[in-house]
Amino acid sequence: MTTFGMRPPALEPEATRELLPHDAVVDLAGERAASGTEDVLTALDADLVGLAPVKTRIREIAALLLVDRVRARFGVATGRPNLHMCFTGGPGTGKTTVATRMAELLHRLGHVRKGHLVSVTRDDLVGQYVGHTAPKTREVLKRAMGGVLFIDEAYSLYRAENERDYGVEAIEILLQVMENQREDLVVILAGYRDRMDAFFSSNPGMGSRIAHHIAFPDYSTAELEEIGRLMLASEGYTLSREAEEAFREYIGLRREQPRFANARSVRNAIERARLRHAGRLVEGSDRVGLSELTTLLPSDFRASRVFQGGAT
Amino acid sequence: MRITQGAFSYLPDLTDAEITLQIAYALDNGWPCSIEYTDDPHPRNSYWEMWGLPMFDLKDPAGVLLELNECRKAFPSHYVRLNAYDARYGRQTTAMQFLVQRPAKEPGFRLTREESADRQVRYTLHAYAVDRPEGERY
Repeated sequence: MTTFGMRPPALEPEATRELLPHDAVVDLAGERAASGTEDVLTALDADLVGLAPVKTRIREIAALLLVDRVRARFGVATGRPNLHMCFTGGPGTGKTTVATRMAELLHRLGHVRKGHLVSVTRDDLVGQYVGHTAPKTREVLKRAMGGVLFIDEAYSLYRAENERDYGVEAIEILLQVMENQREDLVVILAGYRDRMDAFFSSNPGMGSRIAHHIAFPDYSTAELEEIGRLMLASEGYTLSREAEEAFREYIGLRREQPRFANARSVRNAIERARLRHAGRLVEGSDRVGLSELTTLLPSDFRASRVFQGGAT
Repeated sequence: MRITQGAFSYLPDLTDAEITLQIAYALDNGWPCSIEYTDDPHPRNSYWEMWGLPMFDLKDPAGVLLELNECRKAFPSHYVRLNAYDARYGRQTTAMQFLVQRPAKEPGFRLTREESADRQVRYTLHAYAVDRPEGERY
């Protein structure tokens, strides 16, 4: 049994800051350090390889919010910026990962109150029968308030071929909330580029309500290699020098094949290499040391069907 | 006559900002909120109509306030109250409950005395509002 008081603890008096005089000077670097956004941005730079245009835009957004905050201290009123975003890009280019970081960043900058990420797909928003969609969508929106709503594969909300589809209803509710409750949540749509373009051309209201259309470029082979190395390092694996070569070759070959999904393909390749590595160890010698347990050999990669022109 | 039931009822009506603070307090404690409305002001009427389902998994008061405003829009002159339920084992009870809307004019109650056996007198409360049928009371 927990104890509880009869009345809530006294609310802290609201910090009412005096407006700064017109000739005051604010230390922008200090403000920046105090907001703690630098940590998130640095982590973003360190953990995510490539994605230069994405990082630039995120830095700009962070700068805008920071400047807005300083302006408010001088009493210069600014409307709340429209921060709804659309992430377009091929599979495995890091859209979901960036969205998670974005929630954290917006929270640190004080744009959203809680900074949690609610990730949903069509199934969570669109109902099965008449009158089912609105409560479902509203439920999701309520849960996302104070944070970021991430709609994965947003183009699937609108299905042009089926006119009795309820996706349109979900879009309407979404639009209304995006417009009227900007201070309560930020919506991030994500999807593949061509399909998102089709989605926006059939929902013009949606496209114009989203201020930031951020395109995620595909990774180059070198970047994919770098990503692979980061993944391996985080799981405590190293590559032998010959294995590095094999890995590079693998990525080069895999890129050319159908259903290539950038970082996701790299992750899958590593998963399979780990499987072969484990199999090799169990089949082979009885006694293994740390170096055997952590080092991947070229054979772990070269056994892949990719080298024979297969798909995986 | 001003109905006083639930918490804060002797205070002036809470503003939306104050309601938001109360909801935030409830959510910070992990109490899901729900909204109820009625037009039967009798103090023993504990079965109010539910507005939607209790709102689980919310992190931010804005979601509750959104539903609250929906309810106010649908029933502009009913009593609307907000419940916060503490589901923790050992407590499992309404942790907080307060009125967030009341009709502009509350006609009040009549005290009915009834003489029963052995010159006993029983008292009944009768709300003037319930003379009219449900839905037309305020």
